Amino acid sequence: MIEVNNICKYFGEKQVLFDVNTTFEEGKVNLIIGRSGSGKTVLLKCLVGLFTPESGVVLYNGRSFHDLPDKDKHALRAEMGMVFQGSALFDSMTIEENVMFPLDMFTEMSLEEKRERVNFCLERVDLHNVNKLYPAELSGGMQKRAAFARGIACNPRYLFCDEPNSGLDPKTALLIDELVVDITHDLNITTVVNTHDLNSVITIGETISFIYEGHLQWRGNKDNVLTSDNELLNDFIYAQPLTQRIRQNL
Amino acid sequence: MLKNTLSIIGEYILFLKKVFSKPDKSKIFFKKLLFEMESMGIGSMLIVSIVSIAMGSVITTQTAMQIESSWIPSWTVGFVSRTSIVMELCPTIISLLLVGNLGSRITAEIGSMRVTEQIDALEVMGINPASYLVLPKVLAAMVVNPILIIFSIFFALVGGYLTVLITGCITPYHFMDGLTYCFRPYDIFYAVTKTFVFAFVMSSVAAFYGYRIDGGALELGKANTQGIVVSSFIILILNVLITQIML
Ligand SMILES: Nc1ncnc2c1ncn2[C@@H]1O[C@H](COP(=O)(O)OP(=O)(O)OP(=O)(O)O)[C@@H](O)[C@H]1O
Ligand SMILES: [Mg+2]
Repeated sequence: MIEVNNICKYFGEKQVLFDVNTTFEEGKVNLIIGRSGSGKTVLLKCLVGLFTPESGVVLYNGRSFHDLPDKDKHALRAEMGMVFQGSALFDSMTIEENVMFPLDMFTEMSLEEKRERVNFCLERVDLHNVNKLYPAELSGGMQKRAAFARGIACNPRYLFCDEPNSGLDPKTALLIDELVVDITHDLNITTVVNTHDLNSVITIGETISFIYEGHLQWRGNKDNVLTSDNELLNDFIYAQPLTQRIRQNL
Repeated sequence: MLKNTLSIIGEYILFLKKVFSKPDKSKIFFKKLLFEMESMGIGSMLIVSIVSIAMGSVITTQTAMQIESSWIPSWTVGFVSRTSIVMELCPTIISLLLVGNLGSRITAEIGSMRVTEQIDALEVMGINPASYLVLPKVLAAMVVNPILIIFSIFFALVGGYLTVLITGCITPYHFMDGLTYCFRPYDIFYAVTKTFVFAFVMSSVAAFYGYRIDGGALELGKANTQGIVVSSFIILILNVLITQIML
């Protein structure tokens, strides 16, 4: 379980997060939703320690991440998998080497075992025959999926995904959503997903934190997200004609 | 300005502390080290040898021109050329050349990894990116550059010899005589020591400027220029200091 207590984050004078409080539960898919520029990525980076919040704490099972000694921090991070919004694949390595990288660093598997694991992970994100290609030779969506495969290669205990299905076609987006749910439930891990994909919101969001301009506005789940009376949330959810029509039929 | 400079120096020292921490996996570290040594060494060999031959040729011609007096024995040309080549031209000029060649490559590589969040990805995995990415480069440069300088000295002397042979300004025999006159191995040691220190400055400063980029591709160009200017400046200052200490 990851708890976020009163986090504030500034960039210079500009405040991006305002006293955010929320909880991400174990064994569940936890969503952070909000409009572009609302602070989702910044919050996620505060969770994994890439940004240090000016005030507030992030607790991993009760222990404050930013106060951990370096050794424990590294150990905790070895249990994290992260999929960046921009994929962040290592461009000097092939896809196979990319996915194998965490295995090289943190396991003592034989090359054979590692290959098998890599192929299994690539299979799960529906990527075939790309092992020997370099990231630059893949489409944006394929890079996203390769990054996802890298994120899950080590069976993380904490999985962080920054818009894992943006830029994917609806069908592949569904595949990733299903994968996120499967992994979370099978391995009983804590998964945090940034998204503004409404389909994900209503299908996989077991907890949902809605952020508006750096403020946590609403917390709930997929069952009550469509029927809340929070105006800002409704503005966000029912912004498009498609969802407006759904609302009329609710 | 002063405050700014001091804070950058502090940042640089903290960066070095991160770079020189124990690599996470020694097998992978040695693999990377060998790879860097190979790519740096082979990548710079051609340019270093061409520049060295040209440099040796020019310095020999200039020296010969200025010592056209019957009072001074003609082996002086070889002696003076050798001394300048071994002690100053090769270690310093070639190190500066390598700042432009290897240094800017290091800044670009590390910097583009920063811009595309690859360094963040390493960090999240629990890997120390400074040590993982930079340490092999710094150590490789400290091994490869002195070797390159030895080759460079050899090529510069060859360049001088060929010039003498072709232009006939003095007899090759006298030139060779001067080259070997009063040879002190300590001069080579001095040259290698200088290069070793310069290699450290070049690679660590270049990596530092790439590593601390905050922003996009525009920053990358700026970081590259800064890295080259700052490391050249430090190298030239250290050149004075080391010379005062060692000679
Ligand atoms: N490194 C940074 N330096 C300064 N400001 C930043 C930085 N990163 C983000 N911001 C600012 O923080 C705010 C939130 O950005 P963030 O990337 O978290 O948005 P987001 O919710 O992830 O949006 P999107 O859905 O478009 O990815 C933005 O106004 C952005 O300008
Ligand atoms: Mg974002």
